[in-house]
Amino acid sequence: MSEASSNGYKSGSRLERVLRAGHFAVTGELGPPQGAEANVIREKAKLLKGLVDAVNITDNQTAIVRMSSIGAGTLLVQEGLEPIIQMTCRDRNRLAIQSDLLGAYALGMRNLLCLTGDHQSFGNHPTAKNVHDIDSIQLVKMVVDMRDKACFQCGDEIKETPPRFFVGAAANPFGDPFEFRPYRLAKKVKAGADFIQTQLIYNVERFAKFMEKVRELGLHQQVYILAGVGPVKSPGMARYMRDQVAGLDVPDEIVDRMTRATDGIDESDKKGRRDAWRNEGIQITIDLIQQIREIEGVVGVHIMAIEWEEAIRPIVEGAGLLPRPEPA
Amino acid sequence: MIVAEQKPLEEIKSLIADAEKVLVVGCGTCVTVCFAGGEKEAGILASSLRMSTKLDGAPKEVTQVTVQRQCEWEYIDAIKDQINDVDIVVSLGCGIGVQAIAERYPKAVVVPGLNTSFLGLPTEQGVWEERCVACGECILGLTGGICPIARCAKQLLNGPCGGSQNGVCEINPDTPCAWQLIYDKLASQNRLHLIMDIQPPKNWSTSRDGGPRKITREDLRLAAEASE
Amino acid sequence: MTKTINSHSQIVAFCCRYCAYAAADLAGVLRLRYPPDIRIVQLPCTGRLDTLEVLHALEHGADAVMVAGCLEGDCHFQRGNIVARTRVNRIKELLTEIGIEPERVEMFNMSSAMGRQFAEAALEFTERITALGPSPLRSGLKEITEAVEM
Repeated sequence: MSEASSNGYKSGSRLERVLRAGHFAVTGELGPPQGAEANVIREKAKLLKGLVDAVNITDNQTAIVRMSSIGAGTLLVQEGLEPIIQMTCRDRNRLAIQSDLLGAYALGMRNLLCLTGDHQSFGNHPTAKNVHDIDSIQLVKMVVDMRDKACFQCGDEIKETPPRFFVGAAANPFGDPFEFRPYRLAKKVKAGADFIQTQLIYNVERFAKFMEKVRELGLHQQVYILAGVGPVKSPGMARYMRDQVAGLDVPDEIVDRMTRATDGIDESDKKGRRDAWRNEGIQITIDLIQQIREIEGVVGVHIMAIEWEEAIRPIVEGAGLLPRPEPA
Repeated sequence: MIVAEQKPLEEIKSLIADAEKVLVVGCGTCVTVCFAGGEKEAGILASSLRMSTKLDGAPKEVTQVTVQRQCEWEYIDAIKDQINDVDIVVSLGCGIGVQAIAERYPKAVVVPGLNTSFLGLPTEQGVWEERCVACGECILGLTGGICPIARCAKQLLNGPCGGSQNGVCEINPDTPCAWQLIYDKLASQNRLHLIMDIQPPKNWSTSRDGGPRKITREDLRLAAEASE
Repeated sequence: MTKTINSHSQIVAFCCRYCAYAAADLAGVLRLRYPPDIRIVQLPCTGRLDTLEVLHALEHGADAVMVAGCLEGDCHFQRGNIVARTRVNRIKELLTEIGIEPERVEMFNMSSAMGRQFAEAALEFTERITALGPSPLRSGLKEITEAVEM
């Protein structure tokens, strides 16, 4: 991890302080609305407050136009929560990214997650031109240099108040080529990433193998790794994620557990089945967190329950992660 | 080579709607070998236009000629009489051919009959794949001869995104993941070290982003004004 | 075969010399009758079928084009007849774009021993084209002629 500022922190964000103090960190995720209603963010913020150390705010997730991450993040700051701004390389070139980040920092944002971004062909503007001026690793390097070297990507000095972000990146332990994934993570660490949030993990065994390689490379000592987890709502959703979503590894066992959850509940009892599935989805997530916690090098979890923020409380509570620490 | 596809006949018809006499100009180079705009395709288009406009009740006089290369003055100078004799020229050249004729014959109305698609190669008879975007700064030496700018949907320079699965790109199961190909190639050659270093942000100024590009070679120029 | 139809269509049949062309010959030897509308053009293989020649046939007055090659799997050049089928499909698309019924071009497969089948195919196709009527291009010609006369 790169050079620290005078107070010893890079950004001083709550997330950074929780991790530095050695607590097991918990981050959540919030998808901004496809509209300009501020109250949507405020309502969701209430569901997350006190349960997580920081909240990711997606950046036009799945290439669908939504309220900007920085805009929603500002509302979250007003609600007393700490945002992790997500920034993709799909929609902005290096000028736009740096300019937006100066604004984000001025508005009180302190955490940043650097992403490539889903391809626009998945979203609601498939005929759009994409940017990809820089990639996610170059983005990490750029914002780390803005902080530690007080310079823009071009090399020009940032004369007044360089933005000091706690810089994160993503890792997908289940993407291919599988053998290259730890090395790609190493490149992100080398670029200066402070923390890593992983793709959703359902196959703990395969994730453990990935982490073995990560430890072998010594990466776990250079970066905080938060494992991604998230509840499934139904066997159908589990099957869809298993069969249709690139970059996810959902073992049959998860699908079976979801299917068995409604054993003994009559087909006609729609609400009973729905509740049983949801309870099982939450329980699976708790079980996953407990298994993942045992893996050396994992220092926190990132809980993705987009459009199901109500699930966060039972998960965090069930996993014994409450109350959240108040670091100095 | 440049790979192109013919526009739908309806679109070509709408482009020539106001003309009586039409000249279809084929090109004997790239678009001939990709079966989009060579002599044969010029003949097929001309015949199609004659039949179709006749069926519409307003038959047009459609003739065709094919030159060796539409992107060189010498070749398009040779069809001066045919061009001057018609109301409109449908170029079956790539975008360069269309513009060359338009530039050489300022009074001629020139419209494209093709959509110029990409720079690529026929991977088998009847199948063409993109291989180059002419970015102006070739990095193939670092990537095992596989271009991530042309072949990765996100033009990544530092390895595959999270959507690479079983060797294919997340955007389309028919599209191989360029970074899987690069990884496999370099692994097979024991040269993986080439992709372990961080590639800095690319200089796009050599690409289209730097504005229209131009190359001048003084050692090759023959025009009188150039030597002074 | 005694059935005849009263038609005046012009059909160009591109026939492979190894099968359909020989089958047409055999039909003659067997004294099988098939409509006189069919004009045969010999090809060394239907793989030689040229889109432009099909279009020219239609442009210059043919009402339909029949393409007849070897039974699938029996091409003397391995895949010529398979390629011809895909080309015929492509020509059908082209005709649709031009505004001509795609049914006016069809692919047939037969062996050199199938004289009867050739005659039947010729009859069946002629009936189809007779039902469709003359090529819209020919009726266009007629209208133009009438207009000139008026």
